[in-house]
Amino acid sequence: MDINSNKYTFIFSTVMVVVVGSLLAIAAVGLKPFQAENVKREKMQNILSSVGITVSAEEASDKFNQYITDQIIINGNGEVKETEIKAFDVDVLKDYKSGMSNIYSANKDDEAAMRKELMSFGKDGANFPLFVYSGDDGSKKYIVPMVGKGLWGPIWGYIAINSDGNTVAGATFDHKTETPGLGAEIKENWFSAPFVGKTLFDENGNYVSVSVVKGGAPEGDMHGVDAISGGTITSNGVSEMVYRTLKIYEPYFKSLNKSEVKVEEPEVEMPVSDSLPADSLPVDTLNNQI
Amino acid sequence: MSTAVAEEVKEEVKKEPLFSKKNKKLITDPLDDSNPITVQVLGICSALAITVQVKQAVVMSLSVLVVLIGSTFITSVLRNMIPSRVRIIVQLVIVAAMVILVDQVLKAFVYDVSKQLSVFVGLIITNCIIMGRIEAFSLANKPWPSFLDAVGNAAGYGLILIVVAFFRELLGSGKLWGFQLIPQSFYDMGYSNNGLMILPPMALIVVGVYIWVQRSKNTKLIEA
Repeated sequence: MDINSNKYTFIFSTVMVVVVGSLLAIAAVGLKPFQAENVKREKMQNILSSVGITVSAEEASDKFNQYITDQIIINGNGEVKETEIKAFDVDVLKDYKSGMSNIYSANKDDEAAMRKELMSFGKDGANFPLFVYSGDDGSKKYIVPMVGKGLWGPIWGYIAINSDGNTVAGATFDHKTETPGLGAEIKENWFSAPFVGKTLFDENGNYVSVSVVKGGAPEGDMHGVDAISGGTITSNGVSEMVYRTLKIYEPYFKSLNKSEVKVEEPEVEMPVSDSLPADSLPVDTLNNQI
Repeated sequence: MSTAVAEEVKEEVKKEPLFSKKNKKLITDPLDDSNPITVQVLGICSALAITVQVKQAVVMSLSVLVVLIGSTFITSVLRNMIPSRVRIIVQLVIVAAMVILVDQVLKAFVYDVSKQLSVFVGLIITNCIIMGRIEAFSLANKPWPSFLDAVGNAAGYGLILIVVAFFRELLGSGKLWGFQLIPQSFYDMGYSNNGLMILPPMALIVVGVYIWVQRSKNTKLIEA
């Protein structure tokens, strides 16, 4: 048969496309569960690392179920929302891309309008996930997922707030395509570690968030951490992301703060943990277990 | 009986041994004399992009090895069946299918590495080495030489990647394969990582230095 005839060329192309197409479809379907599991484990690892717990991918699921005792959904007004949806299944990056970022940029200075629009986002209002971590010592931390914009693409992270609704217990950041050595450094520990111990509210109870300060945060600044030199846009993106995300949760954290003042339970343990860094307790106990 | 043995020997002599001199050259040539990166200047883009860490470079080299072997082998087997008018499209489809398979497997089993390589696995499709070897070699040769040629070229590519990544990771972040190699005491004494090594331009310069060293040793590469 003449392999250069039109007929042969058509037959060859058709057979090739069918064979290759079905091969790829089989591979994609067959590997899907493994890939989904990897994504899930990574999310669990990231959530846990924001409270200072480093786990391998294999044990991520067990440790996550052990430490994350509650998952809450917050609505656009910063109140607890009664819903079937689990916080873990909320894809904040997808929500952000599919319209939520427009709500933020359109209502930068008008908080009430922003909250109103968030309440009517999607099917039954926007969902903001919140993970409640319970340490071995009974301490509680609230972990908030964040998404924002870097220089080249999305950045995201998790920030953990102590049960006083004010002090940062830990933070992790990650990015898709920031410049290695510059913006990509937000992933590194030296960048995220100084967030620990910063506070979201000033002495008068006004929300100020934690921002990234260009040229270095002054000593004793309760609301600023060092920026990355050469990574200004990524640094600003982190500031914006932290400020905007926690702003939505602000009413919830304020309510925590009030109930905390009444109960005053952590005071008993304070002297013990005073000499240690804020996040060392759960890690210590974890090590002891191993 | 003796004639049968003699015939067998004859048979053996007639058949080209698997690693004849010619076949060996297919593997060794691309390592030095016709290295795809430093001599033919193919596949430079990925060499600049994923040589920040040795681990990435190794995984990338292995991915290219798998894709190159798979696609050259398939085209070589099909070489008498591929209509010449659509051969580029056929090559592309084969390479693309191989790349997607590799990408999916990486995502399923070495997730963290696949995340670091991100788009560059997908970009193996556009790596000139692969289309170049298919077009120039495997379309006209039997599967076994094509296989050797693929191994040789992927090894030549990987060699450069790993050498460049070695220097970039060591000087740029003081690590190798992710492990801290330069002790803290050095940093305390005032040593600091060279941030420029992490940026793509430095990869070009390291490749340039490699070419310099290579040509000063291998004088037949020097053009008059």
